[in-house]
Amino acid sequence: MLILECPYCGVKADETELSAGGEAHLKRFGPGADDESFEGYLFARENPKGVHFERWRHSYGCGKWFHAARNTATLEVYGTYPAQVSVPPKDILKTISAAVPGWRWRDLG
Amino acid sequence: MSARLATYGRLIDRTSKLDFTFDGKPMMGFEGDTLASALLANDQMLVGRSFKYHRPRGVVASGAEEPNALVNLGEGARFEPNQRATTTELFGGLAARSQNHWPTLEFDVGQVNSYLARFLPAGFYYKMFMYPRSFWKHVYEPFIRQSAGLGQPPKERDADTYEHFHVHTDVVVAGGGVAGLIAAKAAAQSGARVLVLEQNAHWGGRAPVDGGRIDDWPTDGFVERLVKELEGMANVTLRARCMVSGLYDHGYVLGYERVSDHVPGAEGPRHRLWRIRAKQVIVATGAIERPLAFAGNDVPGVMLASAMRDYLVNWGVAAGERVIVATNNDDAYRTAITLKKAGVEVLRILDARETGGGALMEEARRLGIRIDCGRAVGKVTGGKRVKAVQICAHQGAGGALEEVACDAVAMSGGWSPAVHLWSHCGGKLTWDDTAAMFRPDESRAPTGADGKPMAVATGAANGAMTLEAIAADAFAAGRKAAQAAGFKLKRASAVKADPAPESAIEPVWMMPARARVGLRAKAWLDYQNDVKVSDVQLAAREGYESVEHTKRYTTLGMATDQGKLSNINGLAVLADTLGAAIPAVGTTTFRPPYTPISMGAIGGEARGEVFQPLRRTPMYDWHAAHGADWEPVGQWRRPFAYVQGGEDVHQAVNREVKNVRQGVGLLDVSTLGKLLVKGPDAGRFLDMLYTNMMSTLKPGKCRYGLMCNENGFLIDDGVVARIDEETFLCHTTTGGADRIHAHMEEWLQTEWWDWKVYTANLTEQFAQIAVVGPKARQVLEKLGGMDLSKEALPFMDWKDGAIGNFQARVFRISFSGELSFEIAVPASQGLAFWETLMEAGREFGIMPYGTEALHVLRAEKGFIMIGDETDGTVIPQDLGLGWAISKKKDDYLGKRAQERSFMASPDRWKLVGLETTDGSVLPDGAYAVAEGSNANGQRNTQGRVTSTYYSPTLGRGIAMGLVHRGPDRMGEVIEFPGTDGKTYSAKIVDPVVYDKDGEKQNV
Amino acid sequence: MSEAVSALGGARFEGLAVVEDCGLSGMITLRGDLSAAAVKKAALAGSGCAVPGERKAVVSDKGALLWMSPDELLVLCPYDEVGARVAAMTKALGKAHALAVNVSDARAVLRLSGPKAREVLAKLSPVDLSPEAFGVGDLRRSRIAQVAAAYWLEDEESFRIICFRSVAEYVFGVLKVAAAKGSAVGYF
Repeated sequence: MLILECPYCGVKADETELSAGGEAHLKRFGPGADDESFEGYLFARENPKGVHFERWRHSYGCGKWFHAARNTATLEVYGTYPAQVSVPPKDILKTISAAVPGWRWRDLG
Repeated sequence: MSARLATYGRLIDRTSKLDFTFDGKPMMGFEGDTLASALLANDQMLVGRSFKYHRPRGVVASGAEEPNALVNLGEGARFEPNQRATTTELFGGLAARSQNHWPTLEFDVGQVNSYLARFLPAGFYYKMFMYPRSFWKHVYEPFIRQSAGLGQPPKERDADTYEHFHVHTDVVVAGGGVAGLIAAKAAAQSGARVLVLEQNAHWGGRAPVDGGRIDDWPTDGFVERLVKELEGMANVTLRARCMVSGLYDHGYVLGYERVSDHVPGAEGPRHRLWRIRAKQVIVATGAIERPLAFAGNDVPGVMLASAMRDYLVNWGVAAGERVIVATNNDDAYRTAITLKKAGVEVLRILDARETGGGALMEEARRLGIRIDCGRAVGKVTGGKRVKAVQICAHQGAGGALEEVACDAVAMSGGWSPAVHLWSHCGGKLTWDDTAAMFRPDESRAPTGADGKPMAVATGAANGAMTLEAIAADAFAAGRKAAQAAGFKLKRASAVKADPAPESAIEPVWMMPARARVGLRAKAWLDYQNDVKVSDVQLAAREGYESVEHTKRYTTLGMATDQGKLSNINGLAVLADTLGAAIPAVGTTTFRPPYTPISMGAIGGEARGEVFQPLRRTPMYDWHAAHGADWEPVGQWRRPFAYVQGGEDVHQAVNREVKNVRQGVGLLDVSTLGKLLVKGPDAGRFLDMLYTNMMSTLKPGKCRYGLMCNENGFLIDDGVVARIDEETFLCHTTTGGADRIHAHMEEWLQTEWWDWKVYTANLTEQFAQIAVVGPKARQVLEKLGGMDLSKEALPFMDWKDGAIGNFQARVFRISFSGELSFEIAVPASQGLAFWETLMEAGREFGIMPYGTEALHVLRAEKGFIMIGDETDGTVIPQDLGLGWAISKKKDDYLGKRAQERSFMASPDRWKLVGLETTDGSVLPDGAYAVAEGSNANGQRNTQGRVTSTYYSPTLGRGIAMGLVHRGPDRMGEVIEFPGTDGKTYSAKIVDPVVYDKDGEKQNV
Repeated sequence: MSEAVSALGGARFEGLAVVEDCGLSGMITLRGDLSAAAVKKAALAGSGCAVPGERKAVVSDKGALLWMSPDELLVLCPYDEVGARVAAMTKALGKAHALAVNVSDARAVLRLSGPKAREVLAKLSPVDLSPEAFGVGDLRRSRIAQVAAAYWLEDEESFRIICFRSVAEYVFGVLKVAAAKGSAVGYF
């Protein structure tokens, strides 16, 4: 069971207080998008063994959505950050590079 | 025979006698006994039968590793099977029954399997029960079920209570032996909060049994003083009878406290599950002695050398009168020495090592014990008890040199560190060739959230096998853990034990080293699952190379003891047979729990009344008092119908439907979601959420809306009321309230975070009551207050005002097709308002109605229900709801998905009404069959029933369903085979069968 | 106004700790930018309190103010005064983008008190409730058994607990089980 720190209320939340929300930083495609882009948005998800970016909600707490950068193999958490960004913060990317040299995730790394 | 001695027994209180029974036979033990020690004190060598061959089995160990001595414990509501006698503390009145035999323990018919053993080798089940295929269901499976399972399931509801307890601490120490206690103090001296958990009722582990001196104190005195010191430290908590059952992600530790197993019926919980978050975990779980794999090593009376020593020192019980000791290491000499000193005859020490041992051997020799080096047990003879040992050369095939009569055998194959906790969460092991054991690899510890090690192994669990090494290692481990938990170390003096050097172990995986086939087939590895050396060798010959596969093929280590005694010996035999090195074969995966924990402890408080949250509306008690037949709707309980007098539920529903159509009914709709959406961008936001245009809705008006997810599928529906320019009140389905609120917040927080909108979930702020039927207005007008005329409050309007003495918000919306007012009052006044309505409506024949009547009423009107007509694959267009999809909007959630070719296909199943040709009621969920069959030989389908009811209004069955190109096929008759063997014919019709023009709701 | 009743109707249980219904309580959700002057003014108008720090509860003679999330406060006041307080808050908010809404009936308020109160709550909630980690005035939104709840420590020995009205009986029920006689843990 993971512990993730909610970046909004500062609680180091138990996994039972959180809800998982799938992959982070998806770009929405709506009407007018071609089939391929829309399919990618709707269905194509990363499933890495290693560095991953996820969405979580502090559902039993302050109710806020946030992002977590973590390692799905070692369960190391590189950091959590607010959901109102479309790319991870630089300091978290730096932390990941130090821990996992040569990592790649979508077009990051 | 085994018996209680007049001396020894450091854990028992001879002044406190306890009566108990085993298989109904009265026996006597002492306070401080375990069930196992008490059984042995009563010369009960035979305690159970093995799983597969029903071999007679006796106690082999003295702790959690015991594979044989499992009993049915207690009676009635406190009955529990598979309780380990070695970890069951004796109490007065304890009633134990042996397991896995018929008719009796002494005479067991199933033992015939033992004589058939050579026809029941490894993988027998897989080989035997394959063909013919048809035999599986009627022959093989019943047979296997008949013979499977240990013990019996309890029949009564558990009388005890259980609970959880959440703890956050700096350091958890798993194990209260000398290593754990020394480490705990070393960690606590830094100021860290330390929690020490010990599975047994007493502290110090086996050190007081093994002797030696620490810091100039004998071990028992040292332990006593240290425990007292720790108890006095404010930052230390000690907990006995609490086993660390598992180490999980991010320092999550489960502790299983057996609060009152030893005092059944005492006030308070039986078990408590400690759910702990620790920064660091010190694994001080000790080591487990390995049996030796010689023929007949399962005969009652053959015991681990350390266990025999424990029974003598701790409980004053001698496992036999004439004992032979077999070993490959120095430690077993302690058993021989202890027995000899207690007056037990030690006939022989058989040391597989050609050169024997060191100082301990010399001490044994001085005591006059005969020591045969290079010798081994060829075979133990005896059935229900040990009769004799055939002695052979260890480096041979087992040819007997002599036979010595005896009644007990102590065996030691060396020690394996208990690395389970270390391994549960990813800690790796390393093979120590000199010590012949797997021990924790410090450089590959389990890691926590910060990527750094979260566990430190110490003492015997870390491979430190002498007291001197253990003391030094534990002191260092405590300091290391405190430092890793973020504490500054203070100066402290190290703990020192007197040196007692031992000579090297010689690995023995099979005894004798080249045992012939006949002996290998009687040399047990896994006692509980009856796996022998020959089984593992057979698996290897049949091509099993992976230890994980071999485990599953032979069932080695798969019993309730999870192979605590068998795994290392088994994988060593496998490695030997494969000609591979032990570390190359590796271990199987260690998974929690360390030993089985009760289901009650896992469930905690969640049983009975509070098994799960049950949500109640303010009128819940009234419903209950008026015949409510409950329907669970999510966690809510809603009345399905109010059953009155002598009627059944079906009759009640029909009565309620008719009363609404002809008079007036009352429905508790408090459970419907009520979400407030406010802000300058609220309209724009709702335009994205709903398929309809909500931004054009005028304040004071209501509009029915549909919500889809990005896949285009319908997820919820309900009426939106515009409160003012910036504020909307969105009604959702009962099940949708929390989900849709979360859905709104998700889009606001993660996609349109610059939009100015706030939401609030007001679902429970209001009790909402639907007053429905042609006489609804008369009832309300009787109460007085606001003007509810058609002109003042037309259909699809809402208004705040007074009804009688209540401040209310009234919505003119209808889910039944009748004149309907949905009225919201503060929840705290819900019951009073409901009762006021019932009273006022009496003269109009008012009756409450439940969810089933609601369903029938809406189905007569062809209204869809989320969850009936939708199942997560249905789009609004499938349901003929195109009118509720705005053509003017560029975008809404789901719009792009609904443009995908499959969604736009004319071949989709679409909503229609279904009218049975004979007026009967279609079975719910039935499929309509089409021509031909699919690849699996099943009939092709062309539709299914989504809602089906008996309509008392029409006097026949009505239904809706999704049918292939349904709306284009009006009048066609299709067939629905039911599970009752009948086939139902139904005509495709319009879904609306009552008041098609909607005149009744608009009066 | 007609007769209003709380969900628990004055229920009380005495075991390891006392679990009791606090009766009807005025509650107002205030959502907005907590650093905005208008929101601060509205919070003060509603509760008589200044905006508390993260995860804190503050009390005044007019009421109490709880920090619920970075954009949400909960005002507590006497049940009968809610209407007036909401009106005052709405007035204080003026044209600011914010939301003040009466949620008094949507929730239930309980008190858990006694020397063992921490232990009782720690059986049900995955939070560090040790005295060194959770002090008077600290507030936490978390889980009590299977439902969401908010609680804060009013004084050394009593928690005030807020949950949804529909699950009030469930929360009372699990607290009763956790406070059963003979089940003291003896940890804190």
